[in-house]
Amino acid sequence: MGLLEGRFEKGGVVITTLEQAINWARQASVWPMTFGLACCAIEMMATGASRYDIDRFGAGAFRATPRQADLMIVAGTVNFKMASRVRRLYNQMPDPKFVIAMGACTSGGGPYYKYGYNVVKGVDLIVPVDVYVAGCPPRPEALLEGLMRVQDKIRAMHDLTKRQPLDYLVPTRSGYVQLPPEVETLQKANEYCRRRKELSTPAKV
Amino acid sequence: MATIFPPEQEQIIELDVRTDEMLVSMGPQHPSTHGVLRLVLRTDGEVVSEVTPHLGYLHRCAEKIGENVTPIQFIPYTDRMDYLAGMNMNLGYSLAVEKLCGLTDKIPEKAQVIRVLVCELNRIASHLVGIGAYGLDLGTFSPFLYAFREREMILDLFEEVCGARLTYSYVTIGGVHDDLPEGWVERCSKFLDWFEPRLEEYHTLLTRNSIFIKRTAGIGVLPKDMAIAYGCTGPMLRGSLNREKGDPPWDLRKIEPYCGYDQYEFEVPLPPFAETPVEAVIGDAWHRFYVRMKEMEQSARIVRQALRKYETAKGSHRIEPPRHLPPGEAYVETECPRGQMGFYVVGRPTKESVPLRVRARSSSFCNLSVTHEICRGCLIADVPAIVGSIDIVMGEVDR
Amino acid sequence: MGGAEIIAILVEKFGPRIQQTKPDAIDPYVVVDAGDLVDVCRFLRDDPRLQFDMLNCITGVDYCEPDPAKAPKAGFEPHLEVVYHLSSFVKRHRFVVKVLLPRWKDNVPGQLPEVPTVTSIWPAANWHERETYDLVGVYFVGHPDLRRILLAEDWEGHPLRKDYVFPLEYHGIRGR
Ligand code: SF4
Repeated sequence: MGLLEGRFEKGGVVITTLEQAINWARQASVWPMTFGLACCAIEMMATGASRYDIDRFGAGAFRATPRQADLMIVAGTVNFKMASRVRRLYNQMPDPKFVIAMGACTSGGGPYYKYGYNVVKGVDLIVPVDVYVAGCPPRPEALLEGLMRVQDKIRAMHDLTKRQPLDYLVPTRSGYVQLPPEVETLQKANEYCRRRKELSTPAKV
Repeated sequence: MATIFPPEQEQIIELDVRTDEMLVSMGPQHPSTHGVLRLVLRTDGEVVSEVTPHLGYLHRCAEKIGENVTPIQFIPYTDRMDYLAGMNMNLGYSLAVEKLCGLTDKIPEKAQVIRVLVCELNRIASHLVGIGAYGLDLGTFSPFLYAFREREMILDLFEEVCGARLTYSYVTIGGVHDDLPEGWVERCSKFLDWFEPRLEEYHTLLTRNSIFIKRTAGIGVLPKDMAIAYGCTGPMLRGSLNREKGDPPWDLRKIEPYCGYDQYEFEVPLPPFAETPVEAVIGDAWHRFYVRMKEMEQSARIVRQALRKYETAKGSHRIEPPRHLPPGEAYVETECPRGQMGFYVVGRPTKESVPLRVRARSSSFCNLSVTHEICRGCLIADVPAIVGSIDIVMGEVDR
Repeated sequence: MGGAEIIAILVEKFGPRIQQTKPDAIDPYVVVDAGDLVDVCRFLRDDPRLQFDMLNCITGVDYCEPDPAKAPKAGFEPHLEVVYHLSSFVKRHRFVVKVLLPRWKDNVPGQLPEVPTVTSIWPAANWHERETYDLVGVYFVGHPDLRRILLAEDWEGHPLRKDYVFPLEYHGIRGR
């Protein structure tokens, strides 16, 4: 609520464009579709569950039907048998709609790229993708970051004025990672890796 | 509405009202099944007369990959088969390769203890998802949130030992990849102190919840003979056994101990239970659920013993596996959270590092094959309750 | 009961119809002809000493080396094996039965080799046989419902054959 914080204490007005107001409302109520396919779906569930709580970003109302959803999180491997279903579900979603490709499999085949005769090498061969989230599986934090990038995209939409959207998007919110103390500096990190390697060397038979 | 027919014709119309047979397709994208499973139901009104499961929406060619990469390289793919119990799957494949290489007796004690530790923790995590998602299937959301709270704690412990939350690849051929980090044992036992009293919460939320009992008791009854004939294993089979009729505690950890499970004290929960509600009959969805609840208790017990054992365990955490697979073939089954998971590895006669064939005998696959029998004659609303009680993971069914 | 004893019982009952025995393998097994499979399996299930009431797994193994340069040194003749892993709930023992088949029936590529089905003995065989048919390409004679189970109905070829060529595209989606 950064936009409105502290503005109404003494009463007051907010001036904005209609488009911005609509976008603001839209980005704060993204409804994703329950679309778990494989291992990544468990991480998606974890994102929705108690610790990570995707509801904080307004995207916690997982819908079972594509007709009520604006965001499709393709979580997991898509194979040829599933491909036509994915496309049909995408077509059933109302505009504006967004797709997050979650995980290595949906981004480009992932571990199944070489020998997966039945795996679609990236869901972008089937539906247009807005945000790719890397990882196998991506951590819930990564999925949340992907959601924020979708929100950036919504914020930059111009569907009333039909203006061209910006070429580049400015991320408004982002996560950051604090390095744990043992790998703070390069020297410490090298030392840490060396020690781990020593520890994990197998014994000879 | 006033009728325009004379009274004698009205009766004919009354008789004419009948239900049509209908084919209803549930899935593959369906909110209350575990993953992408498509069920085609033939219904007569509300009653389901036939169920045909259609699989393959998650077939990821694991067996083809297995015969193209070396066993160590294949370990990550076993994670992705049953993604809720990665450690158990790693262990199954490692044991199969070790049996083929003749390493079974050479694994050091420390490695065995760590294996038992992480596998049992993973069993708890997997059953937590099982019961949480089962609650979701039946329309209650809060058990899911509680279950994930505890599961996140286990995942934190796993993250410390191997760096991953879901796809561990920690148990490898010859032992485990790393030793446990410092202080992990204390953190683990702290978790157990927290976890064991929490089980009572789940019992209050689900086991003794009268709506839950109404929806699961007496539903999808699976007789013992049918379970065995269809190859059902794990909680699915144990929910159908009867201790009082002299059925053995059919758990591979007990009857064919691997990894030194014979040195641990635990029980295999078998019906009848003291807490069984009057509506429940042996072999129904409630019993399958309750067996899982009881197993978590026993797993926690095993973890405690393993923690104690770890302090004094001798040897390294891993031994170097041979580079080449000997010719021959080995089949090993282990007790995974969903049942007996078998791995069959065939080595090439020319002693290469790549096996000729890898086969995964999936427990959920066999458990699911009995659906059309136990769903016959139930109501449509019961189908998710029954399929949920099987606790399938589609990644394992389709591989 | 150990593998050697089970083999002895089988040899005593069936004599030369058991083509090959291997009591010293890691998992002891016998090899039977496809025509005798149903008889042997029924005996294994019904004999009071054996009581193999659980069929754990059916596997098709394709022994073939697609690379002609390596083929003479591969160490096997090209053939298919169908492997049945059995276990007993009552007696708690395990056993393996194998059937050897040519890669193609009458050596005509495209004609699947045939094995009689064991669904009448163990209902669990139903899905396992469908899977073996789907991925390895073995035709199970008398199976009630032999369709592809994992791959799409209109898929071509059997992927777990060693000489399988990965598809370039499927219904307009790039495959490689
Ligand atoms: S990216 Fe990894 S974790 Fe996600 S579906 Fe693919 S294999 Fe599973």
